[in-house]
Amino acid sequence: MRILSLVCVLIAGNLFGFGLSYATMIKPEVVLSFLRFEDFGLLFVLGAATAVTLLTYQLAPKLMSKPLLEETFGKHPSEMNRDTLLGAAIFGLGWGICGVCPGPAIAGLGAGNWPLLIALFAMLLGAYVQGLIANRGLPDQDQKAYQE
Amino acid sequence: MFETLLPLGFSHYLIGGLVIGIAVSLLFITTGLIGGMSTFFTSTLSLISDLPYFNQDKFVSSRNWRLVYSLGLITGALIWLFSVGESSQTSVTAWQLAVGGFIAGFGARMSNGCTSGHGICGIASLQVPSLLAVLIFLGTAMASAQLIQMLGGV
Repeated sequence: MRILSLVCVLIAGNLFGFGLSYATMIKPEVVLSFLRFEDFGLLFVLGAATAVTLLTYQLAPKLMSKPLLEETFGKHPSEMNRDTLLGAAIFGLGWGICGVCPGPAIAGLGAGNWPLLIALFAMLLGAYVQGLIANRGLPDQDQKAYQE
Repeated sequence: MFETLLPLGFSHYLIGGLVIGIAVSLLFITTGLIGGMSTFFTSTLSLISDLPYFNQDKFVSSRNWRLVYSLGLITGALIWLFSVGESSQTSVTAWQLAVGGFIAGFGARMSNGCTSGHGICGIASLQVPSLLAVLIFLGTAMASAQLIQMLGGV
């Protein structure tokens, strides 16, 4: 990937981290108050972010033959299967316990909300255990190709 | 009614959401990349684990930009802190952060998406599985958040 592309990735990340912080989503208390029906503000965060992205994802590929710096527009790879739905249920269970999802866990570091480090490392550990289990389901040739 | 549903007002929520949408849009228009967050964990694990699952091409090939993206999130929050924000330490207990974080990390990777992946990027891609995933995780999150409160959690 070109250096200029990575600069754009960094700037996009900056905006994302700033937006999460400005919207107070890096405060687990705010997320939990939404999940407990005490403050519906998070609907504005998710709604506004999704609306802007919807316009971009639907219009950009129609107006441009390719992205400004790379060759192809990506697609979000979501599949209708057991893992997608059961995984979502499990994710929600954890999100409701801690009030932290992956974006805020990472951005929280920059905002100095240090206890979020616990959630960040716990998520990494959760992703590791998920990988250990999913590894057993890989096709044999993938295992072999990797070992060779 | 406004004060009941939105005791803290809505403008910071709306502006923050718009900025997040612009972030994901900028990423897409310049590079064509889809900016969900949770894959970062799995792709980063390929740096420290030899397990074939983590070393699949889809994770190794996206590892670098995801690291830069996450670094961007951290510095973006830092920019917020030194401009308009102020630092705060969460009062949510360590055990909630540890247990909830572990379960959320496991589930997000099993589902291949979180609040940003399924929520923002998936719905914006008009993906029905993502929409269903969002409805499901909002439902279970509301249930567990209220259960935790009843059990005396923060």
